[in-house]
Amino acid sequence: MSIEVKNVSYTYMPGTPFESKALDNVSLTIEEGSFTAIAGHTGSGKSTLVQHLNGLLQPTAGQIIVDGQTLAGKGKEVKAARDKVGMVFQYPEHQLFEETVEADIAFGPKNRELSEAEITARVKMAMEFVGLDYETYRSKSPFSLSGGQMRRVAIAGVIALSPKYLVLDEPTAGLNPAGRDELLEKIREFHDKRNMTIVFVSHDMDAIARYADRVIVLSGGNLVLDAAPNEVFANKETIEEAGLLLPRLTTLLRTLEANGLKLDMKPKDMLTVEGAVRAIMAAKKAAPKHKDNRTGGKG
Amino acid sequence: MISDITIGQFFPGKSVLHRMDPRVKIVLMFFFIVSIFLIDGPIPYGALTLLTIILGAVSGIPARIIAKSVKPLWWILLFTFLIHFATMPGRVVAQIWIFQFTEEGFWRGFFISLRLILLIVLSSYLTLTTSPLMLTDALERLLSPLKCVGVPAHELAMMMTIALRFVPTLLQETDKIMKAQQSRGVDFSSGNMLTQMRNIIPILIPLFISAFRRADELAMAMEARCYHGGEGRTRMKSLAVSGVDYGAVAFSVIFLGAVIGASFFLKQA
Repeated sequence: MSIEVKNVSYTYMPGTPFESKALDNVSLTIEEGSFTAIAGHTGSGKSTLVQHLNGLLQPTAGQIIVDGQTLAGKGKEVKAARDKVGMVFQYPEHQLFEETVEADIAFGPKNRELSEAEITARVKMAMEFVGLDYETYRSKSPFSLSGGQMRRVAIAGVIALSPKYLVLDEPTAGLNPAGRDELLEKIREFHDKRNMTIVFVSHDMDAIARYADRVIVLSGGNLVLDAAPNEVFANKETIEEAGLLLPRLTTLLRTLEANGLKLDMKPKDMLTVEGAVRAIMAAKKAAPKHKDNRTGGKG
Repeated sequence: MISDITIGQFFPGKSVLHRMDPRVKIVLMFFFIVSIFLIDGPIPYGALTLLTIILGAVSGIPARIIAKSVKPLWWILLFTFLIHFATMPGRVVAQIWIFQFTEEGFWRGFFISLRLILLIVLSSYLTLTTSPLMLTDALERLLSPLKCVGVPAHELAMMMTIALRFVPTLLQETDKIMKAQQSRGVDFSSGNMLTQMRNIIPILIPLFISAFRRADELAMAMEARCYHGGEGRTRMKSLAVSGVDYGAVAFSVIFLGAVIGASFFLKQA
C-alpha cells in the first residue's frame, strides 16, 4: 500500500495573466511505513504537492493514487483518502476555533461520526501523544495557550483522526529550537511505535538529516532529487541550486575531510551527531600526532 | 476554487488605457456615464457602442473577461428588456395572456438594455485597466479639495487601500482554513442547509481571529514606521498627466459633444 503520485502537474489560475505552474510532471511513490522529507525553497511547489496527497487539490494533469484508489473530483475516493491521509498545515494553530481544547481535538473524530467513548479515547490518545495533560488542558480555551501549545493542540486534532499517513507541512515553522526538537522526536516516536507513514515538508536540512529515511528535493516545480539522505547530500551543487543548504553536520565533516582528516564512516554516520563524534574520535586515535590539524586550514 | 478569484479585476497590460492617468480616467468615465443617459437615437448609440468595442480591443483585455463583468447582471438585463417589451403601448406583434408585446416596446427594451450593458462595460474598463492602488490614489487626489470641508480624503483612501490589500490575503487564509477543516472531515459541499450553515463556523472563527491579529500587527508596523496620517506625506509614484491624457480628454470632449449634439439635433429634426 502506498501513495502514488504519477506525472502530476498543477497550474494556479490557468488562463489569466497570473497563471503559474507550481508542479511540472512530478512522479513519486510514498511507501507505507516510510519517513519521507520533502525539501525545497520557497515557491518550489512543496506545499502544492502535499495538498494533492489527500485530494485537496486536483492535479491539472496526472494522477494521485492512494492505496490503489485514484483520487478524482469529489467522489468517495477523496473522502476515503481524507480518512487515511492526515494533513497538518503550516501554522496549524490558525485553524483552532472551539471553546475548549477537548472540543477542538474532538472536531475531526466527530465529523467521522464515531461513538462518544471512541472520541474521548482518541482525544486522550492524541493529547498524550503531543504531551498535553488531558485533565489539565481539556477544558481550557485553546486561545489562552502559548503558541507552542496551540500548535500541539492543532496537531493533536489531526492525530485524533488516526490517519494511516501523516503529512506535515513545515510543522516546526516558528517554534524555538527546543520546541522543534521535541515535536520532531514525538513524530518519530509515532512513526516508530505505530508504524505510521510520515511525510514532512521542511527546508531545515539538519532536521531532515536526522529524521528522514528518504529525501525528495523540489525546485521550481520539478523533482530534482529523490533518494536516501546520504545519497541526496552527496549532490552539493544540485542542493544549492535548489536554494537549500547541506546539513551543517555534513558540511563540517566534508570540511574536515578536505583538510586531511581521514574519516572512516558509514554513510549513516554522516547524518547524526553521535555517528560523527564516533568517526572523529576514531580518526583522532588513529592519527595521534596530527599537530597541524588546527592551523592546517589557514596554511 | 476560492483562490481563483481576482480582486479589483485588474488585468495588467501596457495599452493606452493602462497608461492613462487614473484621475483622468475616473473623470472621463464619469462624463461617459452621464452621456449614456443623455444620448438618444440609433446613430449616437451605434457610435458609442462602436467606441466601446474599439476601446475594448485597444485595451488588449480578452472579450471573455469583459463579458464576465456583464454576466452577474444577465437576469436584470433580461427582466428590463421583457418589461419594456411587454408593457409599451404600440403595434402589437404577439400576445401572451395579458401581456402585449409591441414593436415599440422591443426597441425601447433593446436600447435600455444596451444602455445598461454600455454602462457596465465602460466602467469595467476603468477597474480592469487600473490597479486598485492607483484607483485609491486617484480618488484621494480627486477628493482632496473636499478636505477643507472636513472630508478625511487621506484616511478614506488609506482605509480603501488597506481593505483592498487584505482581500487576497484573507481569501488565501480562508482557502487554507477551509482545506485544513476539510482535512479534518468537514464536507462543505453536501448536507442540508443547517449542516452547511454550521460548517461555516469552523471557518469564520479562525478567520476573524486572524483578521484581528493582522490588523493589530499592521497598526503596530505602521506606527513603528512613524505613520501619522496624510500630513506632509509624499508618494513613491506620483501621478502625472501626460500627452496620452490630453489626447484622451480632447477626443472625449469632441466625441461626446458630437453624439450628444447629434441626439438633440436628430430629435428636433
